[in-house]
Order: sequence, then C-alpha cells, then structure tokens
Amino acid sequence: MIDSSVSMEPRIKHNIAPPREAEAMETDGHKNVGSTERSFSALVGGCLAAYGITRGSLAGIALAGLGVALVHRGVSGQCKLYDALKIDTNGTNSEQNVEQALQTRGIHVEQAMLIDKPAADLYRFWRQLDNLPSFMHHLQSVQVLDQKRSHWVTKAPAIAGGSIEWDAEITRDEPDSLIAWRSLPGSGIDTAGQIRFSKAPGNRGTEVHVSMEYVPPAGKLGHWVATLFGEDPRQQMRDDLRSFKSLMEVGEVPSIQGQPRGTCTGSGERATNER
Amino acid sequence: MKALIWCAPYLVKVENVPDPKIINRRDAIIRITSTCICGSDLHLVDGFIPFMKPGDILGHEPMGIVEELGPDVDRSKVKVGDRVIIPFVIGCGKCFFCTRGMWSACDNTNPKSYIGDKLLGAATAGVYGYSHLTGGYAGAQAEFLRVPLADVNCQVMPEDFTDHQLVFLSDIYPTGYMAAEQCNIQKDDTVAVWGCGPVGQFTIRSAQMLGAGKVIAIDDEKLAPGRLQMARDAGAITINFHDQWVYERLLDLTGGMGPDVCIDAVGMEAHGITKIDAAYDKVKTMLMMESDRPHVLRQVINCCRKGGTVSIPGVYGGLADKIPVGALMNKGLTIKTGQTHVHRYVPQLLDYVRQGRIDPSFVVTHRMPLSQAPQAYDMFRAKKDGCIKVVLDPAA
Repeated sequence: MIDSSVSMEPRIKHNIAPPREAEAMETDGHKNVGSTERSFSALVGGCLAAYGITRGSLAGIALAGLGVALVHRGVSGQCKLYDALKIDTNGTNSEQNVEQALQTRGIHVEQAMLIDKPAADLYRFWRQLDNLPSFMHHLQSVQVLDQKRSHWVTKAPAIAGGSIEWDAEITRDEPDSLIAWRSLPGSGIDTAGQIRFSKAPGNRGTEVHVSMEYVPPAGKLGHWVATLFGEDPRQQMRDDLRSFKSLMEVGEVPSIQGQPRGTCTGSGERATNER
Repeated sequence: MKALIWCAPYLVKVENVPDPKIINRRDAIIRITSTCICGSDLHLVDGFIPFMKPGDILGHEPMGIVEELGPDVDRSKVKVGDRVIIPFVIGCGKCFFCTRGMWSACDNTNPKSYIGDKLLGAATAGVYGYSHLTGGYAGAQAEFLRVPLADVNCQVMPEDFTDHQLVFLSDIYPTGYMAAEQCNIQKDDTVAVWGCGPVGQFTIRSAQMLGAGKVIAIDDEKLAPGRLQMARDAGAITINFHDQWVYERLLDLTGGMGPDVCIDAVGMEAHGITKIDAAYDKVKTMLMMESDRPHVLRQVINCCRKGGTVSIPGVYGGLADKIPVGALMNKGLTIKTGQTHVHRYVPQLLDYVRQGRIDPSFVVTHRMPLSQAPQAYDMFRAKKDGCIKVVLDPAA
C-alpha cells in the first residue's frame, strides 16, 4: 500500500522510503534504457554499422563496431555505461520503484504565487482536475476516472513520441487547503506533487504553493539540455501558475495568438505558436 | 489593414497585414482615428530595447471608435460606437497592483511574463507595440487595434473635443503629469526638467499646475530647435546646454543650493556627445557592454539639492554604468520612477482639459498619413522641420 505520509511535505525528497539500490542492481540483465532511447539507439547504431562497413577502412571497422554495440543496447535495453554511472532511463513498474526513481533521479520544482481570491474558490477549481489544461500549457488533457484516479496526457517533443500519458491518483485531499497526487506504477512518467492554499496577510488573498517531483523521460542530462533550450520546468511552472492566477482573478489568460503581424516582405500574417 | 512594422534597427515599413480579430471574450476592436509616434518608439526602432522581432507592429498612443466587442465585455462601461482613448499600459483592474493604482505593474496582462521575470525580476504589464518584454502585443500605428479587457482599457471620451486635445491622455500627458506629481512639489520649490520633448513639455506644465515656484527647462537649442521656445511659452526658465554649463546655471538659479526636484525626461538615448561620460556610454553601447546611455541621469543626480527628489519618466531598458550612487546616498535623494499608471490619471486630467486649464494639442507640430510613417520617424529622430510631436492619421 502507499504510505499516505509520503509526498505530503514540501520537500518530498526527505520523506520517501530509503533507497534499495542493491536490490535494484542485483538482477543481471536489468533493463536501464527507456523505450524511446532504445529505438533511437538501435537506429543510430544500424546506420553507423552500415556506414562503417561500406567505408572498409580501419576507422570504418571501428565505427561499425560502435554501431553494433548501439544496436545491441537498443535491442536488449541494457547499457553497461549506464550501469556504471547508475543511470536508468527505463520506466518503473512497482510502487517502490516509483518512490525510488523520484528520489534518485527526480527533478524537484517549487513555485509560489499570490492570488487575490479565497482559498476555497482556488481549491474548488483545481480539484476539478479536468480544468487544469485550461491554464497548463503543456497539458493536453486530464480525464477524471473516479474520485481519486485520473488519466493525464501531456505534449512532449516528437522524439519522445509527441505525448506522454500516465495515470495518477490523489494521495491526500484536504478541502480548501491541500491536494497531493502521484503517478501510478507503470506510467509513462514518474511524478508526484502537491498544491497548498494558505491565507495571505490582510486582504491580499491566498498564497498558493506548488511543489512537484518528476523523473525526466530523457534523464537528468536530457533535463539539462532542455533547460539550455528554454524549457526550464521551474519557469514553466511559474508561467502555468501565473495563467492560473489570471484565470481566477480576471477570467481569462492573456494571449496574442492569432493577432496580426508583418512579414517585412509585404504580405503580413497571423501570429502563431505564441501565447 | 495598413500597419507600421519594425523590420531591423532603423528600418520600419508600412505593410498590409490581416485585420485584428477578437481573441479573448472581453476584447474590443478599435478603428483608430489618431495614433502618435512616441520618443520611446525611437528606442525600439533604434534597437536599444531588445526583444523586438521583425514584423512587430509598433505604436502605443491611439484613440478611435469601438467597432466590435467580445461577448463578455461589460456594456455599461463601453459600447460599440464609443469614442475612446486607449492607455498604453494594459491593466486588468483586479490584481494586487491595479487595485492599488499601480496599473503599469499589472500581473495579469503580459502573456510573455517569463521574459520580464528573467530580465527584471518580475514581469510588468502588457503594452501595445512595445517589444516582447511587455507581451508582444500588436501595436497601434495601424488602422485597427485589438484591446484586451475592453471594459477596463477603453476610456470613453466626450465628443466636443478634437482628437489632438484628447489623444495624449493615452500616454504623454499622464506620463508628464505623473513625473511631476510623484515628487510632492511644494509651493516654493524649483523644479528642473531635462529634455523638452513631448513628455518634458507636459511635465513642465504639470509642475506649474502643481504649484512649483520656478520651473527650469533644459535642452539643446541647436540640436532640437523650437523645444526650448515651447517651454518658454509655458513660462519656464530655460538652459540651452549647447552653450551653457547646466550644473553652474542651476546653482546660479537656486541661490547655490540646486533644484528641489530634478526630472529626467530624456531616458536611455541621451545625446550630449561633448561630455566625456557620454562618449564613454556611446562606445560601451556600441560594444554591447551597456544597454542604456545614462548621461542625463548622472547629471540629474549630481545637480539635485541635498534631500531632494529625482523623478525618472524617461525610459531605461536594461543596464547602465557609472551611476553616482555616492551622490545619491550621501545627499539623501529620493528616487521616483515607473512606467505611467495611465488609468489612475485619465479622469482627473480629462477634467483639466474640460475646465480649459490645459489644451494638450499645443504639442502637435505635424499630422501625417499613416502611409508616411517611415518618413515621420526619420524626421522625428533627426528633429527636422521643428518636429516635436507627430500624430498619424490612418484614414488619410
């Protein structure tokens, strides 16, 4: 069973059961490469091998060797280098592994936002989970399955299959003050998070605190690369919270999508891919 | 529709672009009858503010007629056919800042808040045609403009005044007024205003209306002919820094003490190239090591009397070097600044126009068709033909 004390406090990391690395590592032939990465590895390996063989030179043979190794890595899902570096980009399939993955490979993100509405209003809107895509820009849909469980679909880069899906369950629910959730085992992503609503001083409304942990699909390296290209999860969470605030305070999220703009070549166009 | 777009530093064009449409349910579409070129447009065109993209429509000082309203606009505030001015900052009227009168700090109107969060520590309000730092909204030097949250951002105007008497309520009149009002001017105070462009002109008149004992206007008569004369017409004492030393003249005019209130209505593109520090700024900005040229701000801080107030309506965008913080701290100066909280001032300043206490049309030197906007920019930048303020007519 899931321990309900898990993932409740802002610093989730300190509340997760101790890691059992030995247990995870002992099985020989343990799959530690994620499925997208496996296809990619096999494809690149195949190309390298083919190219190396056609070259026929000594360097060509070396390339072909590397290609064959990559194909093996892709087909088997096992990587010796990842083992040595204790990297695992494969999904998890037990509750214990979800916790462990979050602890060893998780990215922790926190943000706070002051919203000039009563906590009860904010809680009510958020608790209706299918409202979330209206202000979370990367979410495609949230389908409420029952009182606790829901199915999430988020946009993802094409190389990761265009979308990531997972089932989540609400692990703690305190009306008007707190909601915590966690992905279920076997999900496309391991994630846990919570939102707290607390009264701000005087008549300033409600302080909203969100914290989230997730295991990035492309590993910490992928996370670092994504950050370089502007996909900073901390800023994404801030943007989403800001949109939540605008929706609650004003009734709409500011947008310039579809407004006119020039082309400098004489024809003009509508702005796309903007928000 | 026709619109003025930015393509590269020093290159703007008039281009046909699609008409704006309702995007959110509280939007309005305005048919623009008059729209102005602002000094701060020059900062954008000349590449001093980053975050411009080729194709962006410029302009943020419009007035016009409401053509279309989104389904959720509060019709008791604005109706189709109303004559309106549009404040250049976009407010929501609901957030912490708007409800406390700090409209230009609005939390809910900048769709690209991540840029301001990174560059400024916190994003500010959306502004029409003013780079992606303020949201990337399409600007108002065009035939039509989309106005978000129309029941808050359309300010309905009376019919019995001309466009030129009203259009400056969108920016430069409130900007000049706020520059003076935030200085808590007392009746014996001397107020010095650097820069006699359109904002400086309204600052001079506002300082007088707020009871200043003496107003001193500073500009370069040779570089910008006509501006000091316009200040003298309002009753200001003038200093032509082309042939006078500003610091010495100010001490002379204040019994050796310095002005009580010093206002920088110039901002980041200060000229004054004869000064060593101005030359230093020019080299550093050319090397992209400094984004702003704070020559005037340094002089303002240096000239202000001990315990006085420095007000900065002039626009700065990024980083500036060699700001005399020693003078600032040891003389105990108060600094007041900010993009204008336009909505806060419109009703009061409209009353002043109604009462005949001011006729804002005095500042207009040129009215030109929108199609000639590129030429108008060149003329305004070079201050040719006595150019102080250009109003563009999209219908001409």
